[in-house]
Amino acid sequence: MKRWFFAAALLVLVGYLLGGSVWLRPFGGPVRSDMDRYFIENAQAEVAANNVVTAIVFDYRGYDTLGEATVLFAAVVGVVLMLRKVKG
Amino acid sequence: MSVVVRTVSRVVVPVALAFGAYVIMHGHLTPGGGFQGGAVVASVVALLVVAFGAERWRRWTHVLLPLEDTGAMAFVILAFLGLGATFFRNVLAGSGGLFGAPVPWPGPNPGALNTAGTLPLMNWAVGLKVIAGLGAVVILLSLFGREDG
Repeated sequence: MKRWFFAAALLVLVGYLLGGSVWLRPFGGPVRSDMDRYFIENAQAEVAANNVVTAIVFDYRGYDTLGEATVLFAAVVGVVLMLRKVKG
Repeated sequence: MSVVVRTVSRVVVPVALAFGAYVIMHGHLTPGGGFQGGAVVASVVALLVVAFGAERWRRWTHVLLPLEDTGAMAFVILAFLGLGATFFRNVLAGSGGLFGAPVPWPGPNPGALNTAGTLPLMNWAVGLKVIAGLGAVVILLSLFGREDG
């Protein structure tokens, strides 16, 4: 019974993966391209940065970078707490 | 490590440091930025740890950990600069002052360092944070498991 359940789950998963790779959208053809077109056309004028990726990461989506920095900070704090020298 | 490794790392370290500084400073012009350049410089720390042993870099963690906090604080303060409009508003872009110049011309252009407002400053802050944080983590992890801890 359990084995059949796992076989069915595996089949469904494989089906999803196969379908996803068969009906993959062509590279460079997103579903909605309004957002990327806006960034590409306006990043140089609004942020004055040639690197649009940096303009998005540090300006348009600064919150995302703040979260990334927080993750790194938490990782460093965790390592320092675990591996510090304990007296006595 | 052997003499070969130590000699080669003496040659590689200045080059890698210069490349990391370049990636951080030109983050708003070329591919890269604070995270990537910081990772390059942190790999220099890893190379030093492998070549010369972790023990002699133990004292560095006392410098690197406050530096990491400094970078994080600088990043958040730069984000608060734009609070007149919104959090993370790029107040320096196009203001004509520090990093306030517009791009030379729209479209593909060679780029100028004095552009992009708070982006270079944020790249430096994040770069400092990643250098110090990853460097301290590499040193501490390589010291882990010894008798003297």
